[in-house]
Amino acid sequence: MAITAPSPMTTTAVDDEKPLVDFRNVAMKFPNGTVALSGVDITVDRGEFVTVVGPSGCGKSTLLRIASGLEQASEGTATVTTDRIGYVFQDATLLAWRDVQRNVELLAELNRRPKAERREKAKAAIDLVGLTGFEKNLPKQLSGGMKMRASLARSLTLDPELFLFDEPFGALDEITRERLNDELIQLFVREGFAGMFITHSVSEAVYLSTRVVVMSGRPGKIVRAFDIPFPMPRDPDIRFTAEFAELVGDVSHALREGHQG
Amino acid sequence: MTATEMSPFIGSAITEEQQEQQEQLAAAIGVADMPVSRKAITTQGQRISRGVRAALPPIAVFLVVLAAWYGVNAVLGARNFLVPRPDQVITEAIVGRTGQGLQILQSLLLTAEVAVIGLAIASVLGILWAVLMSQFRWFQRSTYPYAVILQCIPILALVPLIGVWFGYELNARIIVCVMIALFPMVANTLFGLQSVEKSQRELFQLQRASRFTVLTKLQFPAALPSIFVGLRTSAGLAVVGAIVGDFFFQRGTPGIGSLMQTYTRLLSYPQLFAAIIGASLLGVLMFFIFGLIGKVAVGKWYDPAN
Ligand SMILES: Nc1ncnc2c1ncn2[C@@H]1O[C@H](COP(=O)(O)OP(=O)(O)OP(=O)(O)O)[C@@H](O)[C@H]1O
Ligand SMILES: [Mg+2]
Repeated sequence: MAITAPSPMTTTAVDDEKPLVDFRNVAMKFPNGTVALSGVDITVDRGEFVTVVGPSGCGKSTLLRIASGLEQASEGTATVTTDRIGYVFQDATLLAWRDVQRNVELLAELNRRPKAERREKAKAAIDLVGLTGFEKNLPKQLSGGMKMRASLARSLTLDPELFLFDEPFGALDEITRERLNDELIQLFVREGFAGMFITHSVSEAVYLSTRVVVMSGRPGKIVRAFDIPFPMPRDPDIRFTAEFAELVGDVSHALREGHQG
Repeated sequence: MTATEMSPFIGSAITEEQQEQQEQLAAAIGVADMPVSRKAITTQGQRISRGVRAALPPIAVFLVVLAAWYGVNAVLGARNFLVPRPDQVITEAIVGRTGQGLQILQSLLLTAEVAVIGLAIASVLGILWAVLMSQFRWFQRSTYPYAVILQCIPILALVPLIGVWFGYELNARIIVCVMIALFPMVANTLFGLQSVEKSQRELFQLQRASRFTVLTKLQFPAALPSIFVGLRTSAGLAVVGAIVGDFFFQRGTPGIGSLMQTYTRLLSYPQLFAAIIGASLLGVLMFFIFGLIGKVAVGKWYDPAN
């Protein structure tokens, strides 16, 4: 399957030659001897949204952590050509004592941006994720979905070129999750970041991505990649098409084979 | 609240059971720790009636104890001076002979002063110690065992030494107080500083935040709820420490502890009872006040469910 996804970022296609993420033969062996990844090749270009699926414990989070710089690959080369990286964790990681506004300002604050700029950026980001009016709310006064939105907004203030997501919607109910999927796609189209996304839901993977990468069980290797041909932004109704169902089936098959092998 | 409830304080921090006990106590004395999520969906009226309902059982117990007290006094017959009746305690010790109620109050105030100073010193020292331990692993490795040991040393064994070194006056009382109140501050602060989630730490790490920034913007605020639990516990212990200090270091104005000894010697049992009740109320008051301060400081954002 070699259909290239239509890029939403036609304007930046000029500096397309160098991928944002370029992993060559990356392996990860932890000091305690656990081998989490072996021989992983993966690239993420501008305009791509790549989702990684794989059995639990195969090293998906490790992959993202290497891309973000939180972890150093023990073998191979892991090149990331931007330092504007957004990282969204599985839990929203909001600071309980800060309201939404001040949580969203946090990253700019840590980067010593002037106060006025911080405030403005946070306001814009809060707008983008639809949390306007909740600026003064404390995390404990937010639903799970709203917390995740605040977490997204916080990373958006960095104007990320690369956005890393580690199972961000795993704890949400189906409806909230689908709504956030659509909002994420809107952001992806509008803000023009490249995405690397991890999920256990195959249909979420197919719906969100321009490419789905399937990993095998530990030590994680990439067993297959599927280009997803649907145009961006996605029409929610594609979920009910035969083509979508077929892709979901193919990915699930690959996942199961990787699990056994 | 007594020393027995608070003393088993070895280990990293307050256990859930202790927390629960304290919360029950807090509820009993009127600072009901209602989960805010529930609070949000109850109306003012419901809250009041809930408060009344929460207050009723302790009031009932109080009345039972009062009745039992009178009962014991009656049963003792000729030896009933050993357990003077509550009304005797009030009439003889507090409003009776001139100046006696005042003397008890003055001693109580002095003891309270020692307890507050001791608590303040224990808090500053304890927080500093815990912050240093959280920042330097070697410091934790080399000094934390001594924090635990400090908790295990019977303070009474050190009393002679403290007297020899620091004299038998106020300073010595304060030192005893600090030694007794220190450990919960250290343990709870350290626990709080180290309880920050890994992902939150990494959020800061990704922005290359300095250690100091992580401490001031993440670890310390996250530790505040534990610090206040420590403060509340230490507040109770500080009163115990101050009274213990009164017993042994009696030079200068007498504290409530030495006053109790005097009353015991003079067989002034109504006065002794009044002093004991006063000291107990002081402990409860300290616990209540510092519990309230904690609630005001972090109650707005702290969500115990998480
Ligand atoms: N710091 C570490 N030291 C040792 N082993 C680790 C470390 N971090 C992760 N591992 C191990 O590496 C393997 C891969 O972990 P990772 O978190 O990347 O898996 P995952 O694919 O994200 O799993 P899940 O789907 O459950 O989130 C696991 O077996 C894990 O126990
Ligand atoms: Mg993971």
